[in-house]
Amino acid sequence: MTDDLEKLRAGLKALPPDPDPSVKAAALARAMESFGRAQESAKQPRPMSDRPERAGFLTGVRDMLNRLTTRPALTMTASVAAIAVALAIYPALQRGVSLPGGVIQPAPRPAPANAPTLPEAAPTASAPQSGEQIAAAKPEASAADANAAERDVAPSPAPDPARTRDEAKATATLMTDAPLEEMAAEAEAPALQDFAAGGLAREASPAAPAALAAKRVAPDSIAPLPEVNTEAYSNAAANPVKVTAEEPVSTFSIDTDTASWSVLRSSLSNGDLPPAEAVRIEEMVNYFPYGYAAPEAGGAPFRTSVSLFQTPWNAHTELLRIGIQGALPAITERPPLNLVFLIDTSGSMQDANKLPLLKQSFRLMLAELRPEDRVAIVTYAGSAGTVLEPTAASDRARILDALERLDAGGSTAGAEGLALAYRVAEEMGGDGHVGRILLATDGDFNVGISDPEALKDYVADKRDSGTYLSVLGFGRGNLDDATMQALAQNGNGTAAYIDTLSEAQKVLVDQLSGALFPIADDVKIQIEFNPATVAEYRLIGYETRALKREDFNNDRIDAGEIGAGHQVTALYEVTPAGSVAVLNDPLRYGAAQDSRPAEPSGDLAWLKLRYKDPGQKTSNLIETPVSATPAEGDGDARFAAAIAGMGQLLTGATYLGDWGWDDAIALANGARGEDPFGYRAEAVQLMRLAESLAR
Amino acid sequence: MQTPDEALATATANGDREAFAALLARHYDRVFALAFRLTGARAEAEDLTQDICCDLPSKLRSYRQDARFTTWLYRVTVNAAHDRRRRMATRARASDGWGDWEVNRRAGIAEAAESQDWLSATMARLSPELRDTVALTLGEDLSQRETAEVLGVSEGTIAWRMSEVKRRLREMARAEGML
Repeated sequence: MTDDLEKLRAGLKALPPDPDPSVKAAALARAMESFGRAQESAKQPRPMSDRPERAGFLTGVRDMLNRLTTRPALTMTASVAAIAVALAIYPALQRGVSLPGGVIQPAPRPAPANAPTLPEAAPTASAPQSGEQIAAAKPEASAADANAAERDVAPSPAPDPARTRDEAKATATLMTDAPLEEMAAEAEAPALQDFAAGGLAREASPAAPAALAAKRVAPDSIAPLPEVNTEAYSNAAANPVKVTAEEPVSTFSIDTDTASWSVLRSSLSNGDLPPAEAVRIEEMVNYFPYGYAAPEAGGAPFRTSVSLFQTPWNAHTELLRIGIQGALPAITERPPLNLVFLIDTSGSMQDANKLPLLKQSFRLMLAELRPEDRVAIVTYAGSAGTVLEPTAASDRARILDALERLDAGGSTAGAEGLALAYRVAEEMGGDGHVGRILLATDGDFNVGISDPEALKDYVADKRDSGTYLSVLGFGRGNLDDATMQALAQNGNGTAAYIDTLSEAQKVLVDQLSGALFPIADDVKIQIEFNPATVAEYRLIGYETRALKREDFNNDRIDAGEIGAGHQVTALYEVTPAGSVAVLNDPLRYGAAQDSRPAEPSGDLAWLKLRYKDPGQKTSNLIETPVSATPAEGDGDARFAAAIAGMGQLLTGATYLGDWGWDDAIALANGARGEDPFGYRAEAVQLMRLAESLAR
Repeated sequence: MQTPDEALATATANGDREAFAALLARHYDRVFALAFRLTGARAEAEDLTQDICCDLPSKLRSYRQDARFTTWLYRVTVNAAHDRRRRMATRARASDGWGDWEVNRRAGIAEAAESQDWLSATMARLSPELRDTVALTLGEDLSQRETAEVLGVSEGTIAWRMSEVKRRLREMARAEGML
């Protein structure tokens, strides 16, 4: 290993050949010239803007015209100029002369280039054209007509002197531009040669064996190769269509994370389609706020609203939307918080979208805290340490100062930092305080417990102490989404990914209470479809949150939390019995075994939810029937469907038929509603971007 | 006893032609070597060095002597290489397919370039930041502190980057072993 580093050192040392003496001499000479120029430009006043160096002739003519005041004199000058220009142009046009700039000038503009020939040309004015020109110039000897010559040369009429002056200036500029173009042409030349040489070489060496080609990397092309990407994502294969008769029960844990949407946004904004495994549809859908009815005071901590409407991508199926709205306790009544910021300060956090963004984000959030809340900061990088002892949130100066002093460096000892953060959180204690660790990282846990499973067990063990753990992901490149998900899911918390300051505002300011105050723990959803009304169904998203059927009633099985004001949306695509959209044929031998008669009820399904009040060990059960009558989908439902469609388009679109990006964009656009934060408008933009990128 | 670089730099800024010539003569090779290590190609390095030399007179006016001249010069070189890389990236996108035939052409060249290839392949797989870091620490023998000063980051970041380089080397060696 160190051998390789030494090999790299030796290679780099031996790499540069001695500089080519002639190249060196040329470079030094040019540098000295440049030094000379720098001295001159430093000493001399800048040239006037209307007097570029080589504009002498035209500016001179103008000055002369300005000074000559008598009418005859003006007429005369104008005529002479007209003749001279005409004479000068004609032969030039005939010859197709190219200008000193090395650029072939377009015909109407040669005046300046040939202007120096004026003195000789003028006296021998006898060409037939010149007569006409004189005639043209004569009738009105006003100052304006002094430019008749100019007018003949350049087709655009120039009725007033000011305008003509501008034109003169323009031509003058053109002249000074010429050397620049020349330089550009020179600069291009070697590149073209390279290209030509390359083309030859390619032809000379017929396609080399592919294996060999793959192993080698051209030394000249060092720049373009992307760095090794060490991102890891957590996802599972998309849920398949289930036959109700065979498997009527679907069970999953709710998920209030939104990280997937932000990761996807950051990919698309960078011009890349996100990797399919980074797309978790439920997190995309849950990113957006919906107008679900709030729970009644004194009842369950959340309320479900269920609706059934036609699937946008399949006229013969229906979408069942289950929306859950968490209660939003009055902010003033919230219990005080013990917050431990556990901040990754490893070297990889140096980038602008990591540690600096994190500092800004926490600064935003600090403003939302109340005086009785307490904050501690623990960092981990190489070794873990407490940067800020528990401090009252009212002592803003001290907290901000500690944040400011954070600096990235060293490698990441995530586990050690976690242990310390839990210890600090436990010490903070306090009556009625809610303890929460906010882990901010780019996900690089490369020291200590590096096995995600072991970390998971550790966190699962610690969550019983009552401290919640939320994970905030920053930056891309080695974002370890899998570990982050594992930590948040097992630590009774949420995972969010912060790519911009506005995302920080959404997660840490607008939804602060939800992010920090759980109102229900271990929320599980189980739905039993009625085989009499539903032939097939499939859950869209929630692949990583699937639970076993028997886990629903087992209170020892962990599931997702709902925070204050959180919303969770789940979508099922259901195929009504007898629909032409049924994908699975009935079993040849199966029907006979199913002796139980179908429920006589016309219900679509039976929805069951289990949740625990925060800190409790036993769960409560809520049950509701779902009506089989589809209704018109409201704006929220249609928007959620559009986002679910987007997620499926990004992951293979198995069930979408020919429903494509255009349809998704139209659907989302039609369902934008009020959109006070602009999230939905942003979604439409991202869809359009994805559409272009997918082509 | 040589006049210190810093004194020459001051003299240059004040218009001393001889001082500038002396500075150039003294440092051309150093700039060229670093440029070569940063770009990995002779023509690139020569162009880059010439650009840097030509820009030096105006750049020297903003040299405030808060760092050693060589440190400052390294920084100028690294920045110039960055700018060039950015321009190249734009051009590379414009001319699609360049990479392919280049790889094919290289594949035809004999084994003699084997060790050179290892170096190129390795450097190519490092991110630009890591490449700059190894060019300065391994190639130019700068300490981590000096490298940090040149690149304008903390020393800890350089330490992390070097551990990252080791990790990448290890990964590459492993991948190689699997081939």
